[in-house]
Amino acid sequence: MTDKTVTLPKPSHTGFIKNNLRNYGMLLSLFAIMLFFQIMTDGTLLQPLNLTNLVLQNSYIVIMALGMLLIIVTGHIDLSVGSVAGFVGAVAAVLMVRYQIDYPVAFIACLLVGALIGAAQGYWVAYFKIPSFIVTLAGMLVFKGLALAILAGQSVGPFPPTFQKLSSGFIPELFPGAGTLYPTSLLIGAALAVALVYTSAKSRARQASHGIEVEPFAFFVAKSAVLFAVIVFFAGLIASHRGLPNVLVIMTALIALYGFVTTRTVIGRHIYAIGGNARAASLSGIKTERLTFLTFVNMGVLAALAGLVFAARLNTATPKAGAGFELDVIAACFIGGASAYGGVGKVGGAVIGAMIMGVMNNGMSILGIGIDYQQVIKGLVLLGAVCLDVYNQRR
Amino acid sequence: MTAILEMRGVSKSFAGVQALRDVNFAVEAGRIHALVGENGAGKSTLMKVLSGVYPYGDYEGSIIFDGEERRFRDVNDSEALGIIIIHQELALIPLMSIAENIFLSHPPSRFGVIDRDTVYRRTQELLAQVGLTEMPDTLVTDLGVGKQQLVEIAKALSKRVRLLILDEPTASLNEHDSAALLDRLLAFRAQGIASILISHKLSEVARVADRITVLRDGRTVDSIDCRAEPVEEDRIIRSMVDRDLAHRFPERAATIGEPVFSVQNWTVHHPQHRERQVIKGVNFEVRRGEVVGIAGLMGAGRTEFAMSLFGHAWGERISGRVWIDGKEVNLSSVAAAIDAGLAYVTEDRKELGLILDSDVRKNITLASLGRVAKQGVIDDISELRVASDYRNRMRIRCSDVYQETGQLSGGNQQKVVLSKWLMTDPKVLFLDEPTRGIDVGAKYEIYCIINELAEAGKGVVMISSEMPELLGVCDRICVMNDGAFVGEFAATEATQERIMRAIMRNKSVAKKELEGGLQR
Repeated sequence: MTDKTVTLPKPSHTGFIKNNLRNYGMLLSLFAIMLFFQIMTDGTLLQPLNLTNLVLQNSYIVIMALGMLLIIVTGHIDLSVGSVAGFVGAVAAVLMVRYQIDYPVAFIACLLVGALIGAAQGYWVAYFKIPSFIVTLAGMLVFKGLALAILAGQSVGPFPPTFQKLSSGFIPELFPGAGTLYPTSLLIGAALAVALVYTSAKSRARQASHGIEVEPFAFFVAKSAVLFAVIVFFAGLIASHRGLPNVLVIMTALIALYGFVTTRTVIGRHIYAIGGNARAASLSGIKTERLTFLTFVNMGVLAALAGLVFAARLNTATPKAGAGFELDVIAACFIGGASAYGGVGKVGGAVIGAMIMGVMNNGMSILGIGIDYQQVIKGLVLLGAVCLDVYNQRR
Repeated sequence: MTAILEMRGVSKSFAGVQALRDVNFAVEAGRIHALVGENGAGKSTLMKVLSGVYPYGDYEGSIIFDGEERRFRDVNDSEALGIIIIHQELALIPLMSIAENIFLSHPPSRFGVIDRDTVYRRTQELLAQVGLTEMPDTLVTDLGVGKQQLVEIAKALSKRVRLLILDEPTASLNEHDSAALLDRLLAFRAQGIASILISHKLSEVARVADRITVLRDGRTVDSIDCRAEPVEEDRIIRSMVDRDLAHRFPERAATIGEPVFSVQNWTVHHPQHRERQVIKGVNFEVRRGEVVGIAGLMGAGRTEFAMSLFGHAWGERISGRVWIDGKEVNLSSVAAAIDAGLAYVTEDRKELGLILDSDVRKNITLASLGRVAKQGVIDDISELRVASDYRNRMRIRCSDVYQETGQLSGGNQQKVVLSKWLMTDPKVLFLDEPTRGIDVGAKYEIYCIINELAEAGKGVVMISSEMPELLGVCDRICVMNDGAFVGEFAATEATQERIMRAIMRNKSVAKKELEGGLQR
């Protein structure tokens, strides 16, 4: 096994291109949709102000999609996330506004509440084998009702200004006085782009040094150049309107973390194995019940975070908060290529799926399409995306 | 007597494996014809050809029923002529009533509305014919297996059956229910209905059959007219198992060492029927470098034995002690069993062994990811290296280790499962039907791998329903029946006849308890 002379397999070229087309297909659709709305809205979509708004509007969907992806990969579903987010927002309001508890303490307490809710639901799903659809449908009703109850049917606000910064704040500017441009944000964007290109170049070199066939050099350079250009372009746009929103920083960090966990860690691999074949996974020594439980705990925490972000953005907790979020979150995962049968799905896909939903919401609103037809179009896009995926897999 | 059914020169092959070769088989009108043979001899395949599961053109040869050649496109065609097959796994819907089950596909109706009175009355008549006194609206799930079997037969009768085929109908029945069922067959014979009875229980066969045909390796090797000559069990057993074993197994020189695995007084209860013992205080030992075979019929408890040892993955109220390398070990979870040095290659690789959507590499490392990870982070280079290494060593034929496992052939899938377990570096391996459903060439390769494992000092336990395979590969063969070991033979003294006799002897004395089989 330690023999260094083993001949490593050569990934077939056609397979490589086919795989990558599927990966980038989703990204290409996102760009196509953005381009479409950019033209239709006469450039309003990518105006710096609108772009920042787009990020803020979708942050909580993206955050929850990360947790939902893990749930869907294990072969389950969580219908309660919208209600849980709304409930946690209400808890935050009660703690901070009514009881004047400090923002950091209340913040952590809210995340713990989310974890407890996730644990309570995960327990029934993982250990009692009650279908997650039913458990979380019950949770959806319970937490919607509880939110209504603890708010006594009224909106509670406003939040302390420090808490509002969670959603409405921007990172501090280190080089003030540069006019309308925020150089720190631009620099961070550029640094991120450089770091991404550098790590992928390093990993490519490492693979090549072990004799693993890697993507063609020209392809790699082109890909890196496009990646670099896109990130710097968007950083430039963001930097020309008040800089990086705090939420975007949190979101980026979470995306990176979950991307890493799902692709590179033992626990991530085990989660995919459960969704792929739970009995085979269990007979391979994987603690399937505990892991399923933990994915629900994780979902609870992320739903709580999303609830806090949403409450901070509205600067008030309302009994209606979170209603229908679960649909956008689940749709984001499926549009992003997750399989309803479990075992398949990527963090990047879910994020792109959330962005597709977000851009469509935003673009259609700018175009003045009524909320009625917006839903029709979103529904059709979801069905179309999943049909396309099923069709691709059958081939 | 004239033949109601004649099958002439039937041959059928699956992906290079010849399941039936030039089989001739005839059933006389109003007679009971028993079909016997080992697991895999081709009995079920022959019946699937007859009932149209394999349509005309999928096999060679011809089927003559009622004096006319028939070309069935599907099961409906054969059923229309009154050829009804009752499979071993009953096809009843548990939460529907007896009447609804019987008239599931063709309820008497008027303008599409089911005529409930007629259904009820007809069901009562049919139940009376099979000797059941249950009400027609009783749910099937409330009946025992024996009565469910009779409901299946009533269902067959509702379709005006002319030739009834029963595949191992008494496998999961107790003696009383078995006798009742066989009495039904005799009653049908009196009414002129012909039947084909597939059974492992020679005593039953001898009791009711008018003719016995023995299948072996897809050929008819013997046919006994029970009314003209005496039925000798020895003759049947000999024809069932006799065949040439040379050159099908690799040469092997065993060096057997100290005991590596011993089990004492292992007792396991059924997960649903908790009072029922499935494994009954079994003692078992494997030595270093030894290949031990476990022979037995389906439902003997072999898989349950292995799975209960492997982290209590099957069964309830498990007791007994296990030593590996002289040290007592705790096997209460799969992870603990793997850590203790145990590996279990499951019988059903698609359902229990592999993640078919996932690639070869991920399947190989699944049970021992820790070996290619640091602090929970997978080292993709070393993972790839290990997976590729197994691919070369085991000669897994795939385009690369990133290929989806579901796309591989059965033999190559099995090698992926074996690789997964070898990577955990076990001291003892249980292989449950390791060559089921794979072609002859791949089988030979699997035997070679088993030899190499034994030579490397591991203890190997092979569960197999193919006796020649056990004889060709094992150093010692234990015979299991009804949850206990009923015989043990050294390789030098084991023959198929002796093994089969050990099983059959116990079959006829053992009181079979209600229901059986592995929980699915």
